[in-house]
Amino acid sequence: MLEFLYLIPLFPLLGVVLNTFVLRGQPEKLVGGVAAAMVGASFVVAAGAFFQLLGMPAESRHFEQELFRWIVVGNFSAQAGFLADQLSMIMMLVVTGVSFLIHVYSIGYMHGDAGFRKFFIYLNLFVFFMLLLVMGSNYLVMFVGWEGVGLCSYLLIGFWFTDELKASAGKKAFIMNRIGDFGFLLAIFLLWTTFGTINFREIEPMAQAYPVGAGVITAICLLLFMGATGKSAQLPLYTWLPDAMAGPTPVSALIHAATMVTAGVYMVVRSNFLFSLSPMAMDVVAWVGGITALFAATIGLVQTDIKKVLAYSTVSQLGYMFLACGVGAYTAAVFHLMTHAFFKGLLFLGSGSVIHGMSDEQDIRFMGGLKDKMPTTYKTFLVGTLAIAGIPGLAGFFSKDEILWKTFESHNYALWAIGATAAFCTAFYMFRLLFLTFFGKFRGSKAQEHHVHESPKLMTIPLIVLAVLSVLGGYVGVPHALGGHNNFHEWLLPILSETGEHAGAHHGVPTAEYVLMAVSVLIALIGIFVAKSWYLGKSSLVESLGKSGTRNLLYNKYWVDQIYDTMISQPLVKLSEIFARYVDQGTVDGSVNGLGATVSGIGGIVRKVQTGVTQNYAVIMSLGVVLLLGTLLWSVLG
Amino acid sequence: MPDVLHNNSLIVFLILTAGVAAVVGLFVALTIFLGPKKPNEIKDAPFESGFVSKTDATQPFPIKYYLVAILFVVFDIEVAFLYPWAVSFREIGAIGLTSMVVFIAILAVGLYYAVKKRVLEWK
Amino acid sequence: MDSGDFMGVLPELIVVVTALLAILADVASKGRNPSAAQGVTVLGLAVAAAVALISPSEQTMLMAGQLFNDGFSAWFRALFAVAGLATAIFSPLYLTHRKIRLGEYYSLLAMCVFGMMVMSAAANLLLFFVGLETMSIALYVLVSFRRDDAASVEGGLKYLVLGAFSSAFLLYGMALIYGGIGSLDYVAIGEALRQSDGIGPMTVTGIGLLLVGFAFKVSAVPFHFWSPDVYEGAPTTITAFMSTGAKAAAFVGLIRVFGVALILTSEHWTTALSVMAALTMTVGNFVALRQTSVKRMLAYSSIAHAGYLLVGIVAGTPQAFAAAGFYLIGYALMNLGAFGVLMLINQRGKGDYSFESLRGMGTVYPVLGLMMSVFMFSLIGIPPTAGFFGKLYVFSAAIEQGHLWLVIIGLLNSAVAAYYYLKVVSTMFMAKPEGDVAISQPFAYKAVLAISSLLIIVIGLFPDQLVTAMLRAVP
Repeated sequence: MLEFLYLIPLFPLLGVVLNTFVLRGQPEKLVGGVAAAMVGASFVVAAGAFFQLLGMPAESRHFEQELFRWIVVGNFSAQAGFLADQLSMIMMLVVTGVSFLIHVYSIGYMHGDAGFRKFFIYLNLFVFFMLLLVMGSNYLVMFVGWEGVGLCSYLLIGFWFTDELKASAGKKAFIMNRIGDFGFLLAIFLLWTTFGTINFREIEPMAQAYPVGAGVITAICLLLFMGATGKSAQLPLYTWLPDAMAGPTPVSALIHAATMVTAGVYMVVRSNFLFSLSPMAMDVVAWVGGITALFAATIGLVQTDIKKVLAYSTVSQLGYMFLACGVGAYTAAVFHLMTHAFFKGLLFLGSGSVIHGMSDEQDIRFMGGLKDKMPTTYKTFLVGTLAIAGIPGLAGFFSKDEILWKTFESHNYALWAIGATAAFCTAFYMFRLLFLTFFGKFRGSKAQEHHVHESPKLMTIPLIVLAVLSVLGGYVGVPHALGGHNNFHEWLLPILSETGEHAGAHHGVPTAEYVLMAVSVLIALIGIFVAKSWYLGKSSLVESLGKSGTRNLLYNKYWVDQIYDTMISQPLVKLSEIFARYVDQGTVDGSVNGLGATVSGIGGIVRKVQTGVTQNYAVIMSLGVVLLLGTLLWSVLG
Repeated sequence: MPDVLHNNSLIVFLILTAGVAAVVGLFVALTIFLGPKKPNEIKDAPFESGFVSKTDATQPFPIKYYLVAILFVVFDIEVAFLYPWAVSFREIGAIGLTSMVVFIAILAVGLYYAVKKRVLEWK
Repeated sequence: MDSGDFMGVLPELIVVVTALLAILADVASKGRNPSAAQGVTVLGLAVAAAVALISPSEQTMLMAGQLFNDGFSAWFRALFAVAGLATAIFSPLYLTHRKIRLGEYYSLLAMCVFGMMVMSAAANLLLFFVGLETMSIALYVLVSFRRDDAASVEGGLKYLVLGAFSSAFLLYGMALIYGGIGSLDYVAIGEALRQSDGIGPMTVTGIGLLLVGFAFKVSAVPFHFWSPDVYEGAPTTITAFMSTGAKAAAFVGLIRVFGVALILTSEHWTTALSVMAALTMTVGNFVALRQTSVKRMLAYSSIAHAGYLLVGIVAGTPQAFAAAGFYLIGYALMNLGAFGVLMLINQRGKGDYSFESLRGMGTVYPVLGLMMSVFMFSLIGIPPTAGFFGKLYVFSAAIEQGHLWLVIIGLLNSAVAAYYYLKVVSTMFMAKPEGDVAISQPFAYKAVLAISSLLIIVIGLFPDQLVTAMLRAVP
């Protein structure tokens, strides 16, 4: 199957072409069906390629396919080519697999939307670019995919453009990403001049010649990471992701949770041979990741929009992945990337199902008691929540625990503490979300209550599949301490350079690992317990919250603030208030907006010089001539 | 730096310029400050070769004037080109002949255009 | 001089004949119907472009060493002819709605193309100047072609006054260079500089003044002030033509004069030029950000693009010039296309070209919207478009020469630029159309747009072919 590698991105592209030109005016089922079938076909080819790689000896599990000579300038050349190795194979499977499920789900979710066909064209186009990103054999192909997914994300966030806010959210996402791309592109230039090639497999041996801590390598790594912070929504460029929730929910699930936002993590892992040479860049990655994990998790504590909670949760989980990269636990990062794709995709789709059933209500204060009305959604959502909270036996437990353990093992105790605290927050806000949405009494309007229904099969089946994956997905990487073989780790190990992750996963004291495992489970349980006692125990509190909410939104908002004021004893919540209110909106948003204002301001000043009076122009030109001649003459005489 | 100061005509030029500017400036300033000022109507009138001006100097000329003037310049230049061409006619041969034919043809088209646009009709 | 010389300048001759025939056709129609003149011009320029591309372009000189006949001049002669062709095809729609029926328009357009061709092929400063003036004088008239429109006349007059101002600098610079080096011939200047050890203040002053003249023509900061006013006042067709063709012609001259003939003196002007490049990108972008008229936005953004191109000149290697050539071709395609769509949408309107006028047009005319998106994404520099690879090649050539900070400024600027180009796309697609949106779409017009958007994508997918051709062609 490996020789048919090019088919994997080709199928979604074919879907784009078919839906654009051939299937115009065809029924929804056919349009959506073709789009989903194309991604399904990609998945089948990818699976075939995977099993072929699996059959090969571990050290030769890579296959590079050159399509054509793309660019040759002087002694520099770049091929348009694909690379299938252990890492890109996993990404291909995750991307095509999750995309397929979300395509199927979307047929139900987008039913009746005026832009149904357009939606699937964009979605297929996105899958194409995403596959280009993960399959490219060099940084330039990766960059093309990287820009392409950004473009599709922009188109899909602004999909329901009737709302000005949504259109501007799309623009914000695109521009924040451009800032990151600037770093990425600069990194490519530097790679180009440093190594004379941008092919992953060619750079790897050349990089080994550089000493650890070489300045140019550190610069490249930091610039690459700058690109990653944009795409993967890390501090300080993360603000676009919560806004991006303006797009349709399947888009949030696919692009802003499962695939595109993990591109930064993929890029860092792909470049592990460079990062491993730069302890400083590694520290930066680890700390940015760790702080983002905690920061976003605390903001998640106070959100009331179901999708915003999940968005901040995504930012936080991506932080975990970077934390793992930063401490050198690349396999743990990819492992978490995969399990996160399953359970976060599941949670988003579940939230979409809820929003669908609740007639487009997104505020969890107006939900409640949906457990019995939407049983399948509830059950699968529960699985996803348990998985992300890190309850033993589910996928999230294995991957998150591995990250925390590796962090501890690498003696980054402060980072471990940050990660553990974020884990507590995660458990808390996820169960808060679960309790407010599915438990208690219904707090929405009468019309909504009358309308609430379980979603159609097309939507619930993907939920069930993802729920199963959220449970079973973790068993490919059961740690040795729990009697597993960590097959996932073994599989990925060959792509890590010698200076990368330590091959020995056996050493270390198992007791310490057990203790830490117990601690993180305990932390999660405490988080759940706190959420339960606040949102389930004092049911009267929640009910009054709902009652006032339906009557007077403004009052209700004030009242929610009051609740949080009474929780001041809880230092974390206070911290989250500070983060949410001052750091997030004040500093980060402020500086981003401030940047915009400055840019606009400078524009205004420069525009004032453009008086329209010819004499003024001539005077300024003459001044320019004097300056120019001055510098030139100085170079001769001075 | 000493090199530049000793052996550089530019420096000399700059010093001269500064000196001239200073002297001229001084005299202009002196006349402004010291000279008596008694303006009257005759003094303020524009000087036109001793004649008393009858109308405003910025009176519009007919556009025809400019059109004819421009055409005149064009064909004046043509004649100016023809002289050296005629003198070296033998040396430059067929190529020279072709070039001049092209040149004159272009001008001829222009003249035809001007005639058709009634540039030369003075009315 | 022999008949080979005439074969070498065949494209120029065709264009001159086209200009003359166009004016005769107009006279024949008694100045009432410009369509004959238009037809002649379209045909003539198409033939000229084809001849320029297929004619052999070995590294030879024509007309006793006055003209280069190399790959670069071939490519750019074709580019100017194509730019003129596209403009001629765009024009009837624009002119008819504004009740302009003068066929001289097309003749002047062809004259402009001729001037540009001479500029790109000239091997002598004086001949370059003749080409420049031929182009400029025709442009002065074209800019003020809407005689009933104050802005148009004002723009033309400003362009004339400031253009004469800059021409004076250019000429004086040439005089000083002649005084300092003893020749106006590019090859001879290069040879003389190789022989000599360093240059004196006179030559440096000459180079500086020459640079002022070029900077004016490529609208580099601080010599750019004319361009927004002129671009706004001019008929939009001419704005499109000027921002692509005229700019490209000046850049080819800049490459030939500063990149080849005067390259040995680069230590004196590289710093000044790189500061100019940085300022040009930044000022162009930041002002474009605030515009409410798409026409003005494109005018300012063309200043910014001139800045990116100057980065290529600063780099000063054949690779950089090939990259700049690549960029110029891509930019001509995308900017002409962008103006084309803009004019098509604003064909009857009050001609305000505001962002508002584009509201929802992408949903009403999806193909038009798609093509505009291609042009905008290419202007931003998103792969896989010609615009992306143009920037990639130019910036990588600059990085190789160690101009890291200039590239950083360039990349930051292209990040800023995304904002206003995207605004076009988002107003076209993400807003509801208002009022009467019916527009006529002539076949030839749409064909030009379709071809240029396709070419942008094709170049973006296979940039190698074009850049290799440019590397072979570079002087």
